[in-house]
Amino acid sequence: MVDQEVEVREAEAPYMRPILPVTHSETSLPGLKMGAVTAADPADEGSVLELKDLNVFYGNFQALKDINMSIGRHRITAIIGPSGCGKSTLIRCLNRMNDLIPSFRAQGEVLFEQQNLYSRDIDPVEVRQRIGMVFQKPNPFPKSIYDNVAFGVRINGIKGKMDEIVEKSLRAAALWDEVKDKLSQSALALSGGQQQRLCIARAIAVEPEIILMDEPCSALDPIATLRIEELMRELVSTYTIVIVTHNMQQAARVSDFTAVMMMSEERAGEMVEFGDTREIFTNPKDRRTEDYITGRFG
Amino acid sequence: MSTQTLAYDTAGRNAYRRVWARLFHTVFLCATLFGIVALAVLLITVGLDGLGRVSWDFINGYPSRFAERAGIKSALFGTFWLMGMTAMIAVPIGVGAAIYLEEFAARNWLTKIIETNINNLAGVPSIIYGLLGLAIFVRVMGLDRSVLAGALTMALLILPIIIVAAREGLRSVPPSIREAALAVGATPWQTVRFQVLPPAMPMILTGVILALSRAIGETAPLIIIGALAFVAFVPDGPLSSFTVLPIQIYNWTSRPQPEFAQTAAAGIVVLLAVLLSMNAVAVILRNYFERKRKW
Repeated sequence: MVDQEVEVREAEAPYMRPILPVTHSETSLPGLKMGAVTAADPADEGSVLELKDLNVFYGNFQALKDINMSIGRHRITAIIGPSGCGKSTLIRCLNRMNDLIPSFRAQGEVLFEQQNLYSRDIDPVEVRQRIGMVFQKPNPFPKSIYDNVAFGVRINGIKGKMDEIVEKSLRAAALWDEVKDKLSQSALALSGGQQQRLCIARAIAVEPEIILMDEPCSALDPIATLRIEELMRELVSTYTIVIVTHNMQQAARVSDFTAVMMMSEERAGEMVEFGDTREIFTNPKDRRTEDYITGRFG
Repeated sequence: MSTQTLAYDTAGRNAYRRVWARLFHTVFLCATLFGIVALAVLLITVGLDGLGRVSWDFINGYPSRFAERAGIKSALFGTFWLMGMTAMIAVPIGVGAAIYLEEFAARNWLTKIIETNINNLAGVPSIIYGLLGLAIFVRVMGLDRSVLAGALTMALLILPIIIVAAREGLRSVPPSIREAALAVGATPWQTVRFQVLPPAMPMILTGVILALSRAIGETAPLIIIGALAFVAFVPDGPLSSFTVLPIQIYNWTSRPQPEFAQTAAAGIVVLLAVLLSMNAVAVILRNYFERKRKW
């Protein structure tokens, strides 16, 4: 089944060969199959986030220009593009992480359940509890593995037995078996890949609806990267995932939808194409997308 | 090919460079030793002069007109009272100010002015603080020559030091930790309280103890606000009058009788002992917090 999939794709687009690592697909990446057969429309299961004419400024500098997209529920949406095109800025708009930057200003709407995240009466703290985030570099707290997961649960006053929540979250992040005997040890003693999965467990523990991942694998080796990708495919049945990546293979492997961003002439980030991942990688409509995914620049 | 280049170079040039390297090595070693030797000489002379005079009677005795009967109890307790109250006033205010400036304040011109002023305040001569304390605490607030007036003055004196040290401690916590806490739905205060303050604690504590170590040796501002040299009792409350170790020592050194020189040396030994114990406490606390931090 999978083999056929891939062959068809290769026949359609011979230049895809270096981008989609065919050999991984049968065994180690159950995710690819799911990604490859996803239906076309983000609105299928409804969208959970809607971006409408989002413009972002840092002082006088416009970082994002007229971004429109919708994030499908229980789907993985990848944002790709060359360095400096505003991918990270965009994903940080989705849970108001950009508020920390003093000169930041957003125009337009980010709708989450019909509410604009940037309207005045929205509390960014609640936004971040419901829309979690995993960062580029694993950033566990300098505390025990247990406390890393428990922190968010505690401060949010989530009810339930803490031990169970911690175990459930670590299991969901595919880390439980590796750490169950050393929960009281420092999280910093874990390997980079384990730390990143711990950060995912930490995000899961507060039961968010969406998990944002800002280049979650860029500091990891290929094997750890594969594990995270597998994990993402498992998690997407419960959560909605948005991932920023500068790794096109990764976007092709894990995502259902892909947004391609580029820098405009005034250096503002704009979205040149957004749609079904397969469509983007096999039959890009925009000339710049094609140039980018075939490696002609970026 | 490359060995040839090396051989060409080694002859004169490397020998020349090595002379300079050794020269500077020696210069820097001397610079290091200068302070240590001076300290050692000081400790040894003071020790030789004063150690024989240090006894339980000396520590537990009150000042006297007679050198051999003079004790240091009132000054020692005065110092404890003063330090304790200074810490109680200066630490919450100083750390609070540092947290505000580092974690909450908007980066605008007002914050910049405040920051510059705090840095400048750290360099103001202590006697100016004494005058300020005299004018405000002693006169206007009517606290008279009390421990409280002294502690408030000392708190002012060490506030800038504590703020600067605490800010550095807070800044040593990487921004990624704050992001991590905020991203799981922590409020800014929860982020500071549970994730930023604990790892910053060792550096903050070190700063606090260093600031208190500076305060413990300060004499000028206390003389200005009227801490007395001859106090024959232990302070019984914040409004009691008091004296402190350096003032007592200064008083003894200015006596004409040669026996008081020995008494003064003994006082210095006690002052140094207090100072070193404070630093030891700082080290222990720092180690404790660092072990808890799991870095």
